[in-house]
Amino acid sequence: MGLLLANLTNAWLSFEAGFYKAFISGGRWKLYLSGVLTTVEVTILALLMGVVLGVLVAVVRTAHDQQRPNSRNLLLGVLNFLCKIYTTVIRGTPMIVQMLIMGSVIFASSRNFTFIGTIALGINSGAYVAEIVRGGLMAVDIGQSEAGRSLGLNYIDTMRFIIIPQAFKNILPALGNEFITLFKDTALITTIGGKELLYAAKAVGAKTYSVMFPLLGAAFIYLVLVMILTWLQNKLERRLRQSDRR
Amino acid sequence: MIDVKHLSKSFGDHLVLDDISEHIYPGEKVVVIGPSGSGKSTFLRCLNLLETPTKGTITFEGTDITDPNVKIDQVRRQMGMVFQHFNLFPNMTIRKNITLAPVRTGLMKQEEADEAAIALLKRVGLEEKADAYPAQLSGGQKQRIAIVRALAMQPKVMLFDEPTSALDPEMVGEVLDVMKELAREGMTMVVVTHEMGFAREVGSRVLFMDGGHILEQNTPKEFFDHPQHARTQLFLSKVL
Repeated sequence: MGLLLANLTNAWLSFEAGFYKAFISGGRWKLYLSGVLTTVEVTILALLMGVVLGVLVAVVRTAHDQQRPNSRNLLLGVLNFLCKIYTTVIRGTPMIVQMLIMGSVIFASSRNFTFIGTIALGINSGAYVAEIVRGGLMAVDIGQSEAGRSLGLNYIDTMRFIIIPQAFKNILPALGNEFITLFKDTALITTIGGKELLYAAKAVGAKTYSVMFPLLGAAFIYLVLVMILTWLQNKLERRLRQSDRR
Repeated sequence: MIDVKHLSKSFGDHLVLDDISEHIYPGEKVVVIGPSGSGKSTFLRCLNLLETPTKGTITFEGTDITDPNVKIDQVRRQMGMVFQHFNLFPNMTIRKNITLAPVRTGLMKQEEADEAAIALLKRVGLEEKADAYPAQLSGGQKQRIAIVRALAMQPKVMLFDEPTSALDPEMVGEVLDVMKELAREGMTMVVVTHEMGFAREVGSRVLFMDGGHILEQNTPKEFFDHPQHARTQLFLSKVL
């Protein structure tokens, strides 16, 4: 009995020491904090890029598919072809390979690793967002765009005021998942030397010769942030559903 | 007003409209009836180019609207359309549903459009619904709003594509009443419908379509009392 207690006490003491060494000693928590801030920053920037790219690609692809049969637009055909290549290549290769190519081949001479990583993430996310948005646009009842066009609204106004708002509501769950994936994928920036949360955890691990606490701590922070994102997503969905209520 | 010449439309190998020529005069109330699959909805949807004709021309007030260079949005602004399934915009209030097109196309300023919307809503007895969303309305109310939305563009002709077919029977009357009033005011109307009573009472001409052709047309009285074609007689014996 006494032995067990002694063991437990020892375990607690070594846990405390490990925790202290990993997060508090020498103000190391500041490293995690700046890492988290970078992670959030990267996520927001990449997200904006992904949404802009994704919506553009989705609109081009949908506009191309919905042309009147006797007036096909050549420029739209070329754009559509480029968009198709983009989504095929990006969705057909691993994220980490794209990250390494961006960091070590295309921007090999640049030292701004975090920024390069952000661009790689944005480009990657754009391809997935494009397919999600395209699915959402196609899923809005064709009668909606017919009604808009029959009133004399042009294609762009019909998309902007009628189709996209409805599509947005429908694709929100899928987009939310994509954003959460994007948020977690920011950890991949570490592979090209970007200084985000995982980079901080690994740096502390190297300094203290103990990786368990830093890695568990990083995992915990990711988890909490994802839970917050999920909560926000649910709240937004509930608000957008207001117009459906009787 | 609308001149249709040798209009054909096929979906793939399926010929839906076969060489139709027809003219719609200002002030006419043309009622198009026929069995399902006869091409009557497709005919109507070709008139504002929601369907692109395979062959033939459609001329609206002197403009050949089948010409690929014609600004179709400009043409559609003058042709209102009412759909079987209403197609109100569920993401907007009723007021916004009505004012969106007049404002965006530059026909009216927002304040003018709001006033026009209220005036139109009063006409159909729904002014208290201005700030409601479509999901809060009954089918009959939705269709009356859809008519008002089309009227807000001050169209020269109104196209109705089976406006009462998706309604509960008790709501058909309120929609037909609005359409009858519109007819009395002299609006040019093309109505695809299964409401024979409406055709008889309001129509100035009835077209009977089957198999992509206009088989027979006449004034409502002659058409219903003395149908000429055997197919027409068979159809009328089933629906009357």
